[in-house]
Amino acid sequence: MFGVIDGPHLGFFKYQGRYFIMKGFKLFAAAAAATVVASTASAGTLDDVRARGELKCGVTTGLIGFAFQNDAGRWEGFDAEMCRAVAAAVFGDGDKVAFVPTTSKERFTVLQSGEIDVLARNTTWTASRDNNLGLDFVGVNYYDGQGFMVPKSLGVDSALGLDGATVCVQAGTTTELNLADYFASNGMSYEPVIFETSDEIRKAYEAGRCDIYTTDASGLAAQRAAFADPSAHVVLPEIISKEPLGPLVRHGDNQWGDIVRWTLNAMITAEEFGITAANAGDQADNKNKEVHRLLGTEGDMGAQLGLEADAFANVIKTVGNYGESFDRNIGPDTAIGMSRGLNALWTQGGILYSPPFR
Amino acid sequence: MSEKGKSTSGSIGAWFGDERVRGKIAQGLVIFFLLLLVSFLVHNTSQNIDSRGIKTGWGFLSQPAGYDVLFKIVEFDSTYSHGRIFFVGILNTLLVSAIGIVLATFLGFFVGVLRLSNNWLVSKIAYVYIDIIRNIPLLVQLLLWYSIFLFLPKIQESYTAFSFYLSNAGVNMPAPSIGASTGLMPFNVGFLPESMGWSAFLVVLIAGAVGFFSTRWVKNWGKRKMEATGERPPVVLLSLITAILVPILIVLFFAWPIGLDLPKANNFGRLKGGTTVPAEFLVLLLGLTIYTSAFIAEIVRSGIMAVSKGQTEAASSLGLKKSWTLNLIVIPQAMRVIVPPLTSQYLNLTKNSSLAVAIGYPDIVATIGGTTLNQTGQAIECIAMTMLVYLVISLSISTVMNIYNRRIALVER
Repeated sequence: MFGVIDGPHLGFFKYQGRYFIMKGFKLFAAAAAATVVASTASAGTLDDVRARGELKCGVTTGLIGFAFQNDAGRWEGFDAEMCRAVAAAVFGDGDKVAFVPTTSKERFTVLQSGEIDVLARNTTWTASRDNNLGLDFVGVNYYDGQGFMVPKSLGVDSALGLDGATVCVQAGTTTELNLADYFASNGMSYEPVIFETSDEIRKAYEAGRCDIYTTDASGLAAQRAAFADPSAHVVLPEIISKEPLGPLVRHGDNQWGDIVRWTLNAMITAEEFGITAANAGDQADNKNKEVHRLLGTEGDMGAQLGLEADAFANVIKTVGNYGESFDRNIGPDTAIGMSRGLNALWTQGGILYSPPFR
Repeated sequence: MSEKGKSTSGSIGAWFGDERVRGKIAQGLVIFFLLLLVSFLVHNTSQNIDSRGIKTGWGFLSQPAGYDVLFKIVEFDSTYSHGRIFFVGILNTLLVSAIGIVLATFLGFFVGVLRLSNNWLVSKIAYVYIDIIRNIPLLVQLLLWYSIFLFLPKIQESYTAFSFYLSNAGVNMPAPSIGASTGLMPFNVGFLPESMGWSAFLVVLIAGAVGFFSTRWVKNWGKRKMEATGERPPVVLLSLITAILVPILIVLFFAWPIGLDLPKANNFGRLKGGTTVPAEFLVLLLGLTIYTSAFIAEIVRSGIMAVSKGQTEAASSLGLKKSWTLNLIVIPQAMRVIVPPLTSQYLNLTKNSSLAVAIGYPDIVATIGGTTLNQTGQAIECIAMTMLVYLVISLSISTVMNIYNRRIALVER
């Protein structure tokens, strides 16, 4: 790959019997070495993460309920717990995570370049993103759809009454594209005001710069919870798109992709079998063989992924099962107040379904 | 090579002994390694892109963009291509930079002259203005201006005067609109850029040319008259007439009758029709103008102070009016000092316009370097295109300014 520095003599010259190092050569050699290192860093993400001692996880710059820093500076939320779950699977310790806040615009580049190991940032799984970006979606941790929020004072009760409105939307999202499609296919016109972060959008929307705030319904609920007067705003009934949100990894490192995928599946399976953070360590008498395979007391599920046997037990002990994480962060009893809806287990009328641990 | 004293025997020692030869070799090696480094980086990048399965190529430019933008001076909607949005972004960057440069120059000269005023209060106010503005980062200022702008009333409750509306959505105002073709008009023309056809372009071109040449004639006539009679005719006033009024009259002649397209509220109370200048454009323009004007003011001050006092004294001893002294003696000499640093301020303003992305103005960075990059995932292509645009704009500005600088440079005999 780099065959020019083939001996230590290059970069030196002999003058009057003495060897001199060429000016700038050290710098050049250092730069070349750094580039070589950077280019080989993607060989095995699991090894890299272990060697580093922490997981680098990309999250939003701040969305209440999904990923945000609490008053103590600790990252919390549904997506942040996805990061903790992966860290727990790798290290047995959910706190070995370095959270990297990313904007919707830069998130893919940050993952492509290897700056983060996994992106858990309410990102919609689409064909072109999966196929074009060199990234892989490993599953869906939230089935969502795009909605519209308007001030009640606007007196609109359907998205079809939005012709001629000004819309606040986030840059580089599927939302931006769906918005254009929806208005065009319904013969309506609109004016987009496009911002980088959801905080900027909230500020502009609250000041009345736009009539409509559009993003995923979960995001609307989260943003509304942060308004001074949430009851002054209403989310319209129309859901105009499918937005399956899930974590992503780089394409090509299948082992790492499997680890993240089965961490998510472990949380879903745990809910299905009633395993919680509280009782995960107390399942010796459980008759269900799949629970034992999940918790690593039987079989080699962990080893198949290059992890410890109790990797998934650690996940559940750290963040709980899917339902626990959902209820704690975005469920009906939180400020976000999302009901499970599509995100209920398949046994309870939703479409959440994990392949078996076998 | 039989001359004595020039040893070309080929021995290594003599070869290395020649400092020039050694220098050439060292330079050659540095260039060689630089090229090697560049080609290695290119190779390394393309290899990594390949191994990560990231799509490359320029095909995306003809794909539909799929998103719309807030502000455009050419036709655009989400069905147009990424190539078109590239063009839209360039025009938006050029528009805000060009207007910003003009406004910052006027404001900067004004403040710079105030700074030199003999009036203590005026001079101190200018001093405080310059020092506050220069020492706060532009991004912070932009965010501040935008926050202030958002405190303006909603568009439904705009401040209104004579069909002009000011709100936190920006300014809505009447726009001239062309009526049906009349006897005076040999063809249909549209005044607004959106509907600007070739015929309108031709009219504007003719009007511009007439304005330019008549202004030049006025200038030469004034010069001849002064040389012949010693009297200075009001050249500035006359050239304002020929440069602005005459072209406008020509356009009006061809485009008559011109009606007014007034902004009207739609069902949301949003104003449609007329011309809309969005808040984001105004804030960016305001921020860039104010920030750059503070630097230009200091450049102007230093330029004027560089003109020796003797020049002013000589002028007044000849009995020249104060305004003549400034316009004919001081400013022409000060310009020689002002222009080179002024050029770099123009470049700064243009490059700083990329901060548009922070307040939602769709410039080249927010469009092709932002949403398009994100939708297509082709970061290298999009960033390269963005860089190329700034490079071309910046080099064009410095070329023009260098030509101007050569023209006003001191002619040494």
